[in-house]
Amino acid sequence: MFDERELRRMKQERQRWEQTTLPNWLRLSEERKTEFHNHSGMPIKCVYTPEDIANMDYMRDIGFPGEYPFLRGVHATMHRGRLWTMRMFSGFGTAAQTNQRFKYLLKEGETGLSTAFDYPTIMGYDSDHAMALGEVGICGVAVASLRDMETLFDGIPLDKVTTSMTINGPAPILLGMYVAVGDQQGVPRERLGGTTQNDNLKEFFAQKLCIYPPKPSVKLTTDVIEYCARHLPKWNPVSISGYHIREAGANAVQELAFTIYDGISYVESTLERGLKVDDFAHRLSFFFASHNDFFEEIAKFRAARRLWARIMRERFHAKNPRSMWMRMHVQTSGCTLTAQQPHINIVRTTIQALAAVLGGTQSLHTNSYDEALCLPGEDAVRVALRTQQIIAHESGATHTVDSAGGSFFLEELTNEMEQKAVEYIQKVDDMGGAIAAIEKGFFQKEIADSAYKYQREIEEKKRTIVGVNDFKTEEAECPIELSRVDPNVGNDQLAGLQKLKRERDNRKVKDALERLHYSAEKDVNLMPVIVDAVKAYATLGEMSEVLRRVYGEYKELIVI
Amino acid sequence: MSGKKRIRVLIAKPGLDSHDRGAKVVARALRDAGMEVIYTGLRQTPEQIAETALQEDVDVVGLSILSGAHKTLFPRIMQLLKQKGLADVMVFAGGIIPEEDVPDLKKLGLKEIFGPGTPTGTIIKYVSDNVCK
Repeated sequence: MFDERELRRMKQERQRWEQTTLPNWLRLSEERKTEFHNHSGMPIKCVYTPEDIANMDYMRDIGFPGEYPFLRGVHATMHRGRLWTMRMFSGFGTAAQTNQRFKYLLKEGETGLSTAFDYPTIMGYDSDHAMALGEVGICGVAVASLRDMETLFDGIPLDKVTTSMTINGPAPILLGMYVAVGDQQGVPRERLGGTTQNDNLKEFFAQKLCIYPPKPSVKLTTDVIEYCARHLPKWNPVSISGYHIREAGANAVQELAFTIYDGISYVESTLERGLKVDDFAHRLSFFFASHNDFFEEIAKFRAARRLWARIMRERFHAKNPRSMWMRMHVQTSGCTLTAQQPHINIVRTTIQALAAVLGGTQSLHTNSYDEALCLPGEDAVRVALRTQQIIAHESGATHTVDSAGGSFFLEELTNEMEQKAVEYIQKVDDMGGAIAAIEKGFFQKEIADSAYKYQREIEEKKRTIVGVNDFKTEEAECPIELSRVDPNVGNDQLAGLQKLKRERDNRKVKDALERLHYSAEKDVNLMPVIVDAVKAYATLGEMSEVLRRVYGEYKELIVI
Repeated sequence: MSGKKRIRVLIAKPGLDSHDRGAKVVARALRDAGMEVIYTGLRQTPEQIAETALQEDVDVVGLSILSGAHKTLFPRIMQLLKQKGLADVMVFAGGIIPEEDVPDLKKLGLKEIFGPGTPTGTIIKYVSDNVCK
């Protein structure tokens, strides 16, 4: 990118600066630390110059937005054309309560829905299961059957709004329910848009909400990818998630590398079904966290896009440029929120959200300031949504594409992130792939070590967390009003479930569950039989129980 | 007395939530501080936790929960510990537990609740100071 002679001159000038100007300043005042590092532990220099990116080739490594290698964005006009989708993760209590929250958010200007399910639903238990005790509707909405799903989307036209569902093990079942509601509303399946998280690999080492062992879990993920490629062309069957990897304690490089590795694994498992890479790869989507280190995060998003494009072209020989697109959703980092001085979380979230926007995200969730204490209250959610609207409409950050690109520091950091991720990918390849690495506890150990290191840095004051280990205030009580889920939710949900079981045609349910059992043993794609079972009002717990019998349950590999 | 016996701690995750970052960091910090630490893994029922506490003959149980189910699950755990003759085991907890729930939990016999942002050093000191060996 730079003329050789020009570079030589810069080098001489830099050396002169290092010998004259810099020492003068250091004599006057030393730097605040002997070493500066980002979250991934990379040393950060005092200043970056063209020398740091001398090996870059503009067209090979940077290029134009909407063109390979997509470093600057997957679309040519990026946020000048279309803003990211403002998609707030929400769900609590009963389907009726969450339906009200959805409508409130849409009224306030949210542009896509995102569903948080409660733990029993996520783990494939109905509300009446012993394991569901005390958990029904608490951390998300309880959805046991198609009837709950009908209530959840009552009055919300599924051809007008896209919906993301944070669901993994039971993803085929929840997608089946969504398809069934779409059918009831008369929405053609080719117009049904949204995302199922459906990334079962990361469950084993990050989110840890696993039901079945790794192999059948990947089989179910792949069933959804295959089904969507054939029947739901606008659905993102999987949201390959780094968010949980990061929240579990990984640093940015680990988040990037392990997420991309999971993506590679799903491409491979889908190719094994006989699909061509360009038949499905354009619908794979990604999900990252945005943590505190502003430039590191922007670099991570950019590096992720370029690395994925290169992998899709070079490793999987994709031809369609869309197969090389990394489209991403970003959530600001929940684990950075502090219970101390909760209002300052608004500022953290703003910085993290801005990094996501400058990093070129397609979709964004901003956390509410009260989330280190409770589920977000309505006021807190509104502030979080307004944060996105201010970035979108007031900050000017959206006026040009990849506005942070071209910074010597950012480009160098982007290169380094990609390089370090490539090294991890090589390592996991050598281990025999993602499942082998999970079985060895490799990802788990890497993440646990990073989490512990991060905590030690806070305690040794090598890392400042405002309000936690510095700049503390003497707060006697919690200064905000905590939102609480109505404790009667469990009873309401249970009553609804019992009513459903009385009213439905139980013979039809039994037949549908038997067909599911038979199909699971035969190792065919389960989506069609699941859609049938859903429409017969079989419950999520009943279907999951059938699959538990066939596949067994995962036993956690404990790595501290 | 031939030297001090090491404190045995059970770190347990009741409930369905899978946020084990805190539990693991605390487990490791207590271990690094010289205690013997057993970690149950995720999604343990109250019965499993009480049984493990008995089998492992622990001095301390640390409960970590972020799902909001503490008001249902903690009373059951405390009751089962007493039934198994483990009333003298010190129980503390951490996670997302609202301040206003703390008095009720302490009435159940939980000794301390550590909220988000608590340094592990505070927990280590508390356990060392409050366990009679």
